[in-house]
Amino acid sequence: MNLKLIGGAAAAALLAAVSTLAFAGAGAVADEYKWMTFAVFGLIIAITMYVTYWAARQTHSTSEFYAAGRSVTGIQNGWAIAGDYLSAASFLGIAGLISLYGYDGFMYSVGWLVAYITVLLVIAEPCRNIGKYTLGDILAFRNHPKASKTVAALSTITVSTFYLTAQMVGGGVLIKTLIGIDYHISVIGVGVLMLAYVVFGGMKATTWVQIIKAVLLVTASILLVLITWGQYGFSLPGFLTAVIGDPKVQAQVAKLVGDAATTMTPEELGQRFLEPGLFLKNPIDQISLGMALVLGTAGMPHILMRFFTVPTAQAARTSVLWAMGIIGGFYVLTLFLGMGAAINVGAGPISALDKGGNMAAPMLAQFAGGGADSVLGNLFLAFVAAVAFATIVAVVAGLVLAAASAMAHDIYVGVIKGDRASPQEQVMAARVSSVIVGIMAIYVGIAAEGQNVAHLVALAFAVAASSNLPAVFLTLYWKPANTYGIVAGMLVGAIAAIGLVMISPNMTYPKAVLKDADKVLNGEPMQPAKEAVPAKEASSFMCELFAMEGCVASAPAKAAAAEKPAKPGAADKLVALNAKLATLTDAKDIEKVKKDIAATEKAKKKAEDDMQKFAGQTTSMMGLEKPYFLLKNPGLISIPLGFLVVILGSLLFRDKRSEEMWDELYVRQNTGINAEGATAH
Amino acid sequence: MAKAEINWAAIDADPRFQALHKKKLTFLWSLMIISVVYYFLLPIGAAYYQDLFKIKVWGPVNVGILFALSEFIVAWTIAGIYAQRANKQFDAMAAEIIKDAHNIK
Repeated sequence: MNLKLIGGAAAAALLAAVSTLAFAGAGAVADEYKWMTFAVFGLIIAITMYVTYWAARQTHSTSEFYAAGRSVTGIQNGWAIAGDYLSAASFLGIAGLISLYGYDGFMYSVGWLVAYITVLLVIAEPCRNIGKYTLGDILAFRNHPKASKTVAALSTITVSTFYLTAQMVGGGVLIKTLIGIDYHISVIGVGVLMLAYVVFGGMKATTWVQIIKAVLLVTASILLVLITWGQYGFSLPGFLTAVIGDPKVQAQVAKLVGDAATTMTPEELGQRFLEPGLFLKNPIDQISLGMALVLGTAGMPHILMRFFTVPTAQAARTSVLWAMGIIGGFYVLTLFLGMGAAINVGAGPISALDKGGNMAAPMLAQFAGGGADSVLGNLFLAFVAAVAFATIVAVVAGLVLAAASAMAHDIYVGVIKGDRASPQEQVMAARVSSVIVGIMAIYVGIAAEGQNVAHLVALAFAVAASSNLPAVFLTLYWKPANTYGIVAGMLVGAIAAIGLVMISPNMTYPKAVLKDADKVLNGEPMQPAKEAVPAKEASSFMCELFAMEGCVASAPAKAAAAEKPAKPGAADKLVALNAKLATLTDAKDIEKVKKDIAATEKAKKKAEDDMQKFAGQTTSMMGLEKPYFLLKNPGLISIPLGFLVVILGSLLFRDKRSEEMWDELYVRQNTGINAEGATAH
Repeated sequence: MAKAEINWAAIDADPRFQALHKKKLTFLWSLMIISVVYYFLLPIGAAYYQDLFKIKVWGPVNVGILFALSEFIVAWTIAGIYAQRANKQFDAMAAEIIKDAHNIK
């Protein structure tokens, strides 16, 4: 009864807060249609709140709170994994990358699916067979329980915090861009909703929120693809012929390839959109990211935790198969969503709303329904916006549950209480930890406003791959692995991954920012014509990775460039544009120049802010003028290092318990004898 | 308690368990290596074999697009092969051992 009241009150308060701010600012959804978005939002919130109420009545024990009583079926869990995994970054981000960069965006999506092969082959079933609720439980099976639970909890909280920060900040910005709700309200709204699901409904509510979200996401994508691809009779060459023949696509490619475009025909420009190299320029960095994805997904605590919700290892297997079908199918659909947005909306309008292309799918939805002025178009947009919102809440809920379980189950119950806590106390600890993590997530979301957090997703995967995966994998499959190796390896792997990112190009380097800002404000001088430059190879492989002394960095070939005229500064540009505006009579031209003026003013404002913010600074927070580590993703170095330290630590020191428990672990992980069973319901 | 009665070392040494362990390990490693190698061919091909990726084979559809699509097919196929083998063979072999677990001394 109580729960229902609190849940209802939370939802009502949120709806009230949202509706008072409904018309607060501009977003992709026009003011007159916002009520539609809120109606769909309200419907989704109402359904999920009902699910939470239903789940809360069945959530009493620890196993029910953390693992939904192990009563989730394989198929349900497959949908929930997809719901947990397909974050806004992959739903909106990849469609956006494809709409702006074509082939490279699609290529980027592949690793996110291949990652599940590792999950399926080496992680899902053994973890289900020997695990209980957390990553710590798996490691503590044969290693020193308190030591391994402590490092596992530290790592889980680190990985979850990185991912959570990216989700909260990204989600806040996204909701603001879509519907114009204030950033702070968005973050608090997402936080409160997610807390209601997790605290009252535990894993059961979280699972169903993720299932509902995955079904909505897949439905929306199929619908959009039917409309955009259907026009071309579902022919792949037919569709792609339209893509390469589209003037908007050709213009975007011309912009991306720069000087080289002058020698290309429109057909060649269009075809270039279907070829690699417009976005991903550094193959070593891609391999590094690929390693982090392929090994990191299997070490993600919120994904691992999903395998404890099914009754058997066979069900865990089924759930990965379903998840792979849904996730892979979704990425294939994304190809059509992204390309469809490129021809129907165009890269210009998409990147005008959001530089990363996140608005490609919502804008395509609006177009597919009949455009910005149609009721159906706006209903579609409202639906996609609501799905994006549900996506953020579902992913965040899974992460909070993972972090809270590490805190409550590993640290409080396992380490502090030495596994002697009453069932009531355990559930209480789980709920209290969820509240703490949830409030922390809201706080971090607000504190990190305006920060560039996109790289935190990749960092979360890199830490999971360098720290969690080597420890879990070697504990499960390598007899000599022991506590010393696990503890040392997890710490070194995580610290290496984080440390390398701190000195990588992901950080902000004031000198570069100031230089760019100066270009915007004061313009660029004329550049003389340049001759073609052949590609340069780095002087050694290490020089590809680090900016060491005496290194020659690799550089791609440059085509010959014609003389470039001087570019005016923002102030001069505004004067010129305003003068032009006064002479125009055609409404369309006036509209266009007004847009240019707005964009120039925005760029000027940003450059001025940057100038002020970084005035007098010359080095990054690590005291570097420019990046020392040259890759954006640390996986290439930190993953092998994580494995190496686990192996060395295990060989150098002996741990009796790790040796004695090997037979039991190995037999149990392969057979499922004595695995934690389902609770009757 | 039944738990205490199980002699894990004896099961580990049991020929049926050893057979399961060997079959599973070789099978899993081969699938894992195939999928990882096939996956990394994509970024490597896109970076170093661009001329190959650009060859048009079906209207504007080029080798690169087909190769990227084939990544999905290969991932699904590997998952399917594993599931079939596990459902048919590994589960049955494990069931044999589970049935007998308390008698293996």
